[in-house]
Amino acid sequence: MDKMPIFPDALVNAVMGYGVVFVGLILLMAVVVIMGKAMTAKKAAPQAAATGSAPAPAAAPAKDGPVAPGVAGQIALHDVGDKDAAMIMAIVADKLGKPLNELRFKSIKEVK
Amino acid sequence: MDILGTLSGLVQESGFAGFLAAGGWKNLIMIAVACVLLYLGIGKKFEPLLMVGIAFGVLLTNIPGGGLYHMGMWDSYVYEAPYDVMYDYALYNKAETRAYTQEEFTYYVYARACGHSEAEIEAYFEDHKASGSDIYTDVMNLMASPDFDQSLVERLQADEKGETEWEVKNELSFTDIIHLGGLLDILYIGVKAGIYPCLIFIGIGAMTDFGPLISRPSSLILGAAAQLGVFLAFFGAVAMGFTGPEAGSIGIIGGADGPTAILTTSKLAPHLLGPIAIAAYSYMALIPLIQPPIMRALTTKKEREVKMEQTRPVSKVEKIVFPILVATFIILLIPSTAPLIGCLMFGNLLRETGCTDRLSDTAQNALMNIVTLFLGISVGATTVASRFLNLQTLMIIALGLIAFSLSTVGGLLVGKLMYVVTGGKVNPLIGSAGVSAVPMAARVAQVEGQKANPSNFLLMHAMGPNVAGVIGSAIAAGFLLKIFGA
Repeated sequence: MDKMPIFPDALVNAVMGYGVVFVGLILLMAVVVIMGKAMTAKKAAPQAAATGSAPAPAAAPAKDGPVAPGVAGQIALHDVGDKDAAMIMAIVADKLGKPLNELRFKSIKEVK
Repeated sequence: MDILGTLSGLVQESGFAGFLAAGGWKNLIMIAVACVLLYLGIGKKFEPLLMVGIAFGVLLTNIPGGGLYHMGMWDSYVYEAPYDVMYDYALYNKAETRAYTQEEFTYYVYARACGHSEAEIEAYFEDHKASGSDIYTDVMNLMASPDFDQSLVERLQADEKGETEWEVKNELSFTDIIHLGGLLDILYIGVKAGIYPCLIFIGIGAMTDFGPLISRPSSLILGAAAQLGVFLAFFGAVAMGFTGPEAGSIGIIGGADGPTAILTTSKLAPHLLGPIAIAAYSYMALIPLIQPPIMRALTTKKEREVKMEQTRPVSKVEKIVFPILVATFIILLIPSTAPLIGCLMFGNLLRETGCTDRLSDTAQNALMNIVTLFLGISVGATTVASRFLNLQTLMIIALGLIAFSLSTVGGLLVGKLMYVVTGGKVNPLIGSAGVSAVPMAARVAQVEGQKANPSNFLLMHAMGPNVAGVIGSAIAAGFLLKIFGA
C-alpha cells in the first residue's frame, strides 16, 4: 500500500488508526486500574491485620496526653498534603527562629 | 607553473562560485532560513536544544562544495547491498583513493572490467610513465577484449556526464555511505537506522514521572483523544495529493513528539524529514501560542475554574511495575511500537528501580545531550535547498499546524466529556495536555487554569494526559508504520 489515491481507503485508515489508539490506551487503562487495585489491596491487607490484632486504645495515643520530646504532636490537615505541611512547618520554625520540636501545630488549612 | 590557471581553479571550485551555479540561489535562501531558525532557537528560545542543532545542520548542508551531506547518496540507499554492488564499490573506491588522473581512472576501470589484477594495472602505469604511450588507445584495445564487462561501460559513461560516484551506482549500503559519504551522511545513519529517536526515548523515559498517570488512569483516554490531529491531518494530506507513507509522516506531527515524528518519517518518507522535523519542533515550541486560543474557545470559564481533587499517592512498587507492564502489554498489542515504547519504558525503569541511578543519570543527561546533538545537526542536513524549497514544504507546514490544533481540539472535547460524566470534577483544560510535548503542554494547561481561577493548580493533573500522549503518539506511529509496511 505505497500509494493511496482513493479517499475511502485513507478515511478507513484514519478512523481505524484513531480507533486502534483508543482501544490500545483504554485496554492499558484497564491494566493500570487492575494493577492499582491489586497494589492498594496488598497494601491494605497488612494494615488491616495490624489494626485487627492490636487493641484500639493502644494504637491511638491519647489526644491530650503529653508529647514526647522531639515530636510535634498531632496535627489536623485540611486539604493540605504531607509535603506541603512539612514545608509550611519548616518555614514557620525558620521565621520564628525556634526548633521545630519546640513548636506545636494544631491544624493547617488551605484558605480558599 | 600556471599561476592564473591555479587561481582560476581555486575560484571555480570555491563555494562562492557554487552560489552562481544553476540553482545556487536556492542555497542562499536556505542559509537565510538557517539564520532565521538560529534566531528562533537562540533569540526566542524555541526548543533551543534541538532547534540550534537543526538550524546549523541546515546551514552546513547548504554551503556549496562542503560535501557534508549528499541527498543523492541516500536516494540510492538500500538495506542490504548485493555482492556485485560491493565489488563495484570496492572498484570505484580504490580508484578514488589512488587519486588517478581522469585518463588513468578510465584505464583502471576498463582494465578491472577485463579482469586485470591491481598488480597488472600498476605495472601498466609504471610502463606508461616510462614509454609515454597513449592511454586511450590502450583503453580502446581493452574495450575490444572479449573479457570486457559492458555494464561497467554504462556506469563509466554516467560518470563522464558529471554524475558523481554514488550516482553511478544503483544501490548503496551503510558501509558504502561510511566510505563514500561526508560527516553528516555518516551521522545521518543514526537517524536512518532509527537509533537516535530511540535513544532519546530512553532519556525521556528516565526523565518522566508516570505517577500522575498511574494515580489517574483515565488520563490515558485524554492521551488517546489528543491523537485526533494525527489521523485527520493524514487524511487531509492524502486529499492534497501526498502518498500514504508521506501523509502518515505529516500526520504524526500532530502527535507533538519530535523523536516519534523523526522515526516515523525516516522510515516512511525520508525525503520529507527536514520539513517535518522543523515543523514538529517549531510547533512544539509554539504551543503556548497555538493552544490557549483553542482552549478558551472550546471551554467555558466555569469549566476552566474547576479545581481537581488530589489523586492518591503512588507506591514505589507500582512505579517499578508500570514500565514493565506497559512495555509488555503495548508491544504485544502493537508490535511495531516496540522500538519507541520499549526504549521509553526501559528509561523509566532505570529511573524508578532505585538501584540504577548512574544509568538513569546518564540517560537523562550525557546520553540525551550527545544524541540530541547528533540528531539535530543530521536532521538539519536533510534540508538540501533543491528538496526543501518547494510547495510541498509549505503544505507540510500548513498541515502540521492543522494537525497540532486538531489534536488539541480532540483532547479538549474528550476533556469536556469527562467533565460532564464526572459531574464537574475534571477540568477539561487538562485534555489539551494530551498532545504530548512534555511538559510544555501541561504547563499551558496550568497557566490557563490559573488565569480562570488563581488558586487552581492543574500541573500535576495535566501531567497524566501529557505522558499518556507520549504513549498515544507512539501507538499512532506504530500503526502508521504497520500499515505502510516499514
